[in-house]
Amino acid sequence: MLRQASRLLSRSVTAASSKSVTARAFSTELPSTVDSTFVESWKKVAPNMDPPQTPSSFMKPRPSTASSIPTKLTVNFVLPYASELSGKEVDMVIIPATTGQMGVLPGHVPTIAELKPGIMSVHEGTDIKKYFVSSGFAFLHANSVADIIAVEAVPLENIDASQVQKGLAEFTQKLASASTDLEKAEAQIGVEVHSAMNAALSG
Amino acid sequence: MASSAAVPFWRAAGMTYITYSNICANLVRNCLKEPFKEEALSREKVHFSISKWADGKPEKPILRSDTPGV
Repeated sequence: MLRQASRLLSRSVTAASSKSVTARAFSTELPSTVDSTFVESWKKVAPNMDPPQTPSSFMKPRPSTASSIPTKLTVNFVLPYASELSGKEVDMVIIPATTGQMGVLPGHVPTIAELKPGIMSVHEGTDIKKYFVSSGFAFLHANSVADIIAVEAVPLENIDASQVQKGLAEFTQKLASASTDLEKAEAQIGVEVHSAMNAALSG
Repeated sequence: MASSAAVPFWRAAGMTYITYSNICANLVRNCLKEPFKEEALSREKVHFSISKWADGKPEKPILRSDTPGV
C-alpha cells in the first residue's frame, strides 16, 4: 500500500494542475481577479449578462497572522441565546477540552477543540471568571482570537449542589439498570455531566 | 483495516453529536438554582404545529407545545 503512495500522490497533483487553470490556493493568498478564460468565454456566449460570481469573491480574505505574538487574547464566547463575551481582551483562557484542561495564551497554535462538560475560566489580570460549560467547541485562530461556542454556560454560583447530587445518584442507578445501548449511553452522559458539575462545585 | 478513529461512546450507541450536546445542556439546566432554572427552561420551550400534506393539501395540523392547553 505504501509503495504506491508516492505514485498516487504525484498522479493526483499532476491531474489537479492540468485540470484547473488556477491551482487551489489558501484563502489568505486568494487573488481578487477571477478566472479570465472563463470570463472571456462567458462574454462570448452571453455578452449582456455579468459573469456569475463565485463564493470566494464574497469572502473577506482571512486576517493575516501578526508577525509578533500579540500580548492579549481576544475572546468571543457565545451561547445560542446570548453573546457572553464579545471581543474581550484577556490574558488567558482555560477551556475544558475533551483531551483535558487546555490553557490558551496569545499566540496559541490554531486549534479546533471539542469541549466536554467542565469549567471554563477567563483570566484577566488578577480577575478570574469561571463558567460551567455543558459542551461546545473552541476555535483558536492564528491571530490570537478565540471563538468559544457552548450550548449552555452558567456561572458556578448558579448551580444547585443538592440537585447535582440527586442527579448523580439517579443516573448512576440508571446506568446500572440500563438495558439497551442507547439507555446506557444516556445514563453514561448523565453520570459524566453530573460528576463534572460535582467536581466543579467542590474543586 | 480496523475502524479509523476511536469513536465516543455516544456515537457508538447511535447518538449524534447534537443529541449528545442537547442532553448535556438539559442536564445542566435542570441543576440550576431558582430563578435561573425557571428562566433557562422557559427559554428552551418549543411550540410548533405540524401538518402532513397529502394530495397537495395539508391535513389536520398537530400542535406540539411545552405549555399545555395553548
